[in-house]
Amino acid sequence: MKLTHEEITLLRLLQEDLPLCDEPFEELGRRAGMSGDEVISKIREWKESGVVRRVGLFIRHRKAGFEANGMAVWDVAEEKLDETGARLAEKENISHCYARPRSERWPFRLYTMIHGKTRDEVLAEARAIAESEQIENYRVLFSTRELKKSDTKLFMEDEA
Amino acid sequence: MDNTDRKLLNLLQQDFPVTARPFDAVGELIGTGGGEVIERLQSLRERGYIRRLGASLNPRKLGYTSTLAAAKVPPEHLDATIEYINSFPHITHNYERDDEFNIWFTVIAKSESEIELILEDILENTGATEVINLPATSFYKIKVGFRLEEDK
Repeated sequence: MKLTHEEITLLRLLQEDLPLCDEPFEELGRRAGMSGDEVISKIREWKESGVVRRVGLFIRHRKAGFEANGMAVWDVAEEKLDETGARLAEKENISHCYARPRSERWPFRLYTMIHGKTRDEVLAEARAIAESEQIENYRVLFSTRELKKSDTKLFMEDEA
Repeated sequence: MDNTDRKLLNLLQQDFPVTARPFDAVGELIGTGGGEVIERLQSLRERGYIRRLGASLNPRKLGYTSTLAAAKVPPEHLDATIEYINSFPHITHNYERDDEFNIWFTVIAKSESEIELILEDILENTGATEVINLPATSFYKIKVGFRLEEDK
């Protein structure tokens, strides 16, 4: 995908905070060297093509009452992987559901982030899933410390 | 936080209008003016509820590749190893977790080989005894937001 200098600047700006003013896209355009209309049609085009996953608000979920989150890892048989992944993806309290490679050192294949008000609520949800999906080998890993969380910064190196 | 704030947070986590005057459009949906939407967002941000209002990009669509990696780090090497890992701009998230693999981080780079080099570098130059590379093979769901309960 070939991007212009202006487009790269716009992608950088979109990873920061949108200005809280009446016409924020007009303002982004001023900074990127485009008109507000061009910014709007660019973003719409990128949403369509999947370059932009979402424009919206990212909240501090711990502060908003979702105190506990656990990364549950599941040892799911290969032939059941896709159907199990699709079923777990339906759950309201699961925010991420991915498959990742299994290895001898780490036998787990399916990964889900489970959110709840408390640690016990997350563990209870994991137990319920293990039972309904008949998965014997699983773990719930809670984070004990957030060591780094930066908004993903693509195109920070100078390449335009 | 009042009910209008909760409505605003729920709505904007789903989608932010990409139009000339987006805050006016949001105001119409929750029954206020655009100016009040901006004031409420400023206040929610100051009180720490909001991390960011902006876009999330798909690294893969822009020629980047990403992975989740896990490392086993003995307690006596933990601080120095964390500092080393966090110093890479390619590493955007890093968590300590209660497992034998106790350090979990995401890496974003231009190629799989660049990711491999970073992981080898970490294994070689820190107290980590093992580092495993866990790139996603399927995506079943990526977070859309957290619903806050609104009054009826």
